[in-house]
Amino acid sequence: MASPSETAKPSPHVALFVTCLVDLMRPSVGFAAIKLLEQAGCRVSVPEAQTCCGQPAYNSGAKADAQAIAKAVMKTFAGFDYIVAPSGSCAGMLRLHYPEMFAGDAAMEAEARAFAPRVYELTSFLVDVLGWKDVGTTHAGSATYHDSCSSLRELGVKAQPRRLLAEVAGLDLRESKEAETCCGFGGLFCVKYPEISERIVDKKVDDALATGAGTLLAGDLGCLLNIAGRLKRRGSPMKVRHVAEVLAGSEGAPIGEDSSVR
Amino acid sequence: MESTARSFKENAHHALGDARLTEALARLAHGFPARRRDAAARLPEFDQLRDAARDIKDHVLDNLDVYLDRFEKQVIASGGRVHWCRDAVEARDAILKICQAADARTVTKSKSMIGEEIAINDHLEAHAIVPVETDLGEYIIQLRHEPPSHLIAPAIHLSMDQVADAFRAHHTDLDPARPLVEPRALLDEARTRLRERFLKADVGLTGANMLIAETGSIVIVTNEGNADLTCSLPRVHIALASIEKIVPTLEDAATILRVLARSATGQEISVYTTFVTGPRRADDADGPEEFHVVLLDNGRSALLGSEFHEMLRCIRCGACLNHCPVYGAVGGHAYGWVYSGPMGAVLVPGLIGLPEAQHLPNASTLCGRCESVCPMRIPLPKMLRHWRERQHATHESPAIARAALKVWSFLARHPALYRAVFGLGVSFLASLGRRKGRFRWLPFAGGWTSVRDLPAPEARSFLLQWRQRNPGTRT
Ligand code: SF4
Repeated sequence: MASPSETAKPSPHVALFVTCLVDLMRPSVGFAAIKLLEQAGCRVSVPEAQTCCGQPAYNSGAKADAQAIAKAVMKTFAGFDYIVAPSGSCAGMLRLHYPEMFAGDAAMEAEARAFAPRVYELTSFLVDVLGWKDVGTTHAGSATYHDSCSSLRELGVKAQPRRLLAEVAGLDLRESKEAETCCGFGGLFCVKYPEISERIVDKKVDDALATGAGTLLAGDLGCLLNIAGRLKRRGSPMKVRHVAEVLAGSEGAPIGEDSSVR
Repeated sequence: MESTARSFKENAHHALGDARLTEALARLAHGFPARRRDAAARLPEFDQLRDAARDIKDHVLDNLDVYLDRFEKQVIASGGRVHWCRDAVEARDAILKICQAADARTVTKSKSMIGEEIAINDHLEAHAIVPVETDLGEYIIQLRHEPPSHLIAPAIHLSMDQVADAFRAHHTDLDPARPLVEPRALLDEARTRLRERFLKADVGLTGANMLIAETGSIVIVTNEGNADLTCSLPRVHIALASIEKIVPTLEDAATILRVLARSATGQEISVYTTFVTGPRRADDADGPEEFHVVLLDNGRSALLGSEFHEMLRCIRCGACLNHCPVYGAVGGHAYGWVYSGPMGAVLVPGLIGLPEAQHLPNASTLCGRCESVCPMRIPLPKMLRHWRERQHATHESPAIARAALKVWSFLARHPALYRAVFGLGVSFLASLGRRKGRFRWLPFAGGWTSVRDLPAPEARSFLLQWRQRNPGTRT
């Protein structure tokens, strides 16, 4: 569980780690995150030297590359009160795997350990650190929330997004049975073993559809692209969005849908 | 057992197309996890017990030589013998010799994964000794000449009618009119056959869930009671176990038993828990004349002290399989060797070599559910990553993937270049995909688009837009 180890200052200086997927695929999630952080009273900066957290390298066994990227990330994000990412997977990488990957290198490990506690996933930062819940947006319709594996199992993010979504006027949040089951994305796994990934995401999609909800929400773009991609391939009208979009009330076209007509 | 782990992809393809397997796996996914969850919820100290169980095994692994030595002394003191075997060949020979010395023609067996590991059935058959599996699931897959597909439910991949078919094919005197549609009917039919075999067997071969150093006892856990008959009726009892099964005391065994059944089936304790110490003593009512323990290493000692050390805490409960999305999709046989699921993906490369098992550590989403349910708190995802690191370091991963990673990781460390390359690509894709919002196909994205659409990038990248909106700021 991301614990509120320190009490937030009145106007904490937060660096947004936008994450490579949001940067490239879904910029509106980055803007939604900034809006939420500012509403919650933060001063937000976006360090421009940021790229990716290094997970593709780390999970492919390219540890030296991952370490080099980690060093660059820690340098880019030095000097902020907090580093917040609209992704449990990337936040988990910075918070848990950076210290772990430098085991054996005392100086770097110490640096990573000092860095890690300042890193948060967006919804857990808003709820656990800032105690903020003045969402004040409206979303007419029903939605179901998918727990991304890293958010849930690495960072203990479960109640936080639901707590915030409960404040969205008009939103009918429906729990699915298998909300905690993997969607079959797994980074490069989904392209290395597409058939297995397909079976896993099909179960996820069936489970989400069984709630009857109109929209699927989650806090990690990897899962969302995978789930949206499969829903569209199956011809399903279910919409897919990042949770920050709904919380910030900044809703463009859902993921994977026509963005020209709106 | 012969490995087909190298063909994991083909095995998986085949498994995904098997409708009955898919049904069987769905039943498994709806049964075991919920039962484990309820059992854990009923025991407030469950998580503390997991810690205690982990600590016991950690201590044992740090002092393995001491406890193995103590165990052997106690086995000898109680009238038994220990056979130390480095690999499968030595273990097969040791068992065959014992059987031949006893003039054995039939060997009854209770479930043993180590038995699968050393393919003992084939070896006995090659020497005109008939092995008879007495665990119902093992009996069924023996009839079908298949390996087990799950640690504790070896025939979980089969439907009821497949089982009935196997019985009708082998029990040739079976009345064709006799219905075999209920589990009860199948069980009764198997029991009738097995009863005769139990009484005829010369040697009983069992596995062991634990070996207790302080008493020289072995512990066997079953739900069918077949292990009790296997080790007490024949003249000779052979227990086959790998070296890491050892625990120091009876007390320690009790702690591990408390997490084992709950994690495996959600039972508080298995129906039968049997402690066997030595052969029959003068005043015992029954029991074998000879008691042998065949202790197998088979690559385990090489894992001690390595980054896979913690895997040796595994008690084979099967919880990681039951909660694994990949196992749940393809089942156990796809993994191609004795062990499957997350524990198999970590252990098998250590036992049969990384080149043969190259797919196993990669065929995982690293979702972490296995670790979250493992009673021994084994960090399975971390160890899967360690195997990937070895593959990368020894250039066993595909050259093209390594080259792509190199380029990408270079770009990731050079933000301006990264933005130029990816920013441009994204803007292009965004304008191309705007109308539909997604792609059904893109060059070089076949792995993705073969099964799902690729959502198009929304617009220009976030950082380009941000820079435009905030021209003054540079942070
Ligand atoms: S790795 Fe853990 S969960 Fe899997 S079989 Fe072993 S003890 Fe059970």
